[in-house]
Amino acid sequence: MLLEAFRSSLNLIISGDVELYRIIGRSLYVSLTAVLIAGALGIPCGMGIGLKDFPGRSLVLKLVYVCMGLPPVFVGLLVFLFLSRSGPIAPVIYLLFTPTAMIIAQVILACPIVMGVTISAVEDRAQIVLRTAAGLGASRLQALWTLVEELKIGLVTALITAFGRVIAEVGAVMLVGGDIEGYTRVLTTAIVLETRKGNFSLALALGLVLLLLSFLINSLLYSWQYRR
Amino acid sequence: MKRRNFKSLKNIASIFLVLLLVVGLVGCGAQTEKEPEKVVENKEIVLSTTTSTKDSGLLDKLLPVFEEKTGYEVKVISQGTGQALKTGELGDCDVVLVHSRPAEDQFVADGFGVNRKDVMHNDYVVVGPAADPLEIKGLKVLDAFKKMAETQKGEFISRGDESGTHKKEMALWKEVNIKPEGKWYLSIGKGMGDTLLMTNEKEAYTMTDRGTYASMMDKLNLEVLVEGDPQLLNPYGVIAVNPEKHAEVNYDGAMAFIEFMTSQETKAMINDYKVNGQQLFFAD
Repeated sequence: MLLEAFRSSLNLIISGDVELYRIIGRSLYVSLTAVLIAGALGIPCGMGIGLKDFPGRSLVLKLVYVCMGLPPVFVGLLVFLFLSRSGPIAPVIYLLFTPTAMIIAQVILACPIVMGVTISAVEDRAQIVLRTAAGLGASRLQALWTLVEELKIGLVTALITAFGRVIAEVGAVMLVGGDIEGYTRVLTTAIVLETRKGNFSLALALGLVLLLLSFLINSLLYSWQYRR
Repeated sequence: MKRRNFKSLKNIASIFLVLLLVVGLVGCGAQTEKEPEKVVENKEIVLSTTTSTKDSGLLDKLLPVFEEKTGYEVKVISQGTGQALKTGELGDCDVVLVHSRPAEDQFVADGFGVNRKDVMHNDYVVVGPAADPLEIKGLKVLDAFKKMAETQKGEFISRGDESGTHKKEMALWKEVNIKPEGKWYLSIGKGMGDTLLMTNEKEAYTMTDRGTYASMMDKLNLEVLVEGDPQLLNPYGVIAVNPEKHAEVNYDGAMAFIEFMTSQETKAMINDYKVNGQQLFFAD
């Protein structure tokens, strides 16, 4: 069964099935966009929380760490109700069952992860780096930039971890995207659908494609990370 | 040092360029797909339907004809009947195609749906392992259910997802005055396909619509044991979501879809549709 699936997944990839590539493209589009947004929000926030001491910091930390484990279906349900025609923002803009809705749900899932990993990276080394930079006569901005440079590995890890989580996630995207063929169907929801139909080999093939994709992106980032 | 920094900056830049390119490319693709919607307003219908119509492949045959004819674009969300009606209740779809008469009537009575029409019916069957350890083959469905509950020797797998099939099953248990519970009765909260696969793995019994069973027959070691009982008829209805509850729904599109689904031409297509040599749906 597995061997057969492996062969058929290779066949699928080689044969250039248009819908497959569209599904892959959609998965990448949704998850990469979500991770980029989560990075843009989460890294500065995470650095802020990691560097500064402020009242209620431990509570914020706890919240961030708890949110790192948010159940995707729960997030999906919240986003669903929020975006629904009967929800609060529908009169302004109606987004349910669109790729944008999927991105929103994934940003919510990815953001705490990016923040959490950033915080631990910053906490480990920030003070030493900042002090050294200041000692060498760097301005505050220069010191912060040095910190980003020094923490690059940690920050990339944050993004990779978040990406791994959202690209493989099915509960939230199924709920808010609706798994509409040619529009919001992504790799994970396609796997669920094919499994439900009993097409195990196709489902496995899609799963292998998903693995391959994660592997490619991870190795791309890792090779960059260690090439310095 | 300087050289190295420059190199790593270049690397960052290249990575981001690649990402941007990918996002941009896919983004463009998505945009060109969306373009026509803006030109012709409200040419998009969201249809919430049951897994059985979708998984059986019937919609894949009917919808292209409808889209060709009317210019509407149909987005299909396949759920259980319960979730499908809920989606309509919230106003997140324009039209529903489901099969649970009492729930449909309630949906209309509560004012969430209008213009309900009969479309077609198929029938339920009880399937189980060919060996049939409980010997229910050929029984009436109510007798078969009683036997399963009384002997408790085999396992019965229920979808347990508030779908039309599940509601029908519960109605049958009610009819024989049995509250199905205990080790022999597994409620798994899944779609028909998943339920059939699990039934197959566990060599258990379940009740399924004939369509999903026929489309998966070659992957299952299950046989039809109870069929042809009038109790097992399964009518499908199509309902437009009430525009008075949700002004944003595409009511014209929903009405066009209902008209199409009940037309003579579509009836012929429904009756002609066969999977693995079996006619799955019978137009009303």
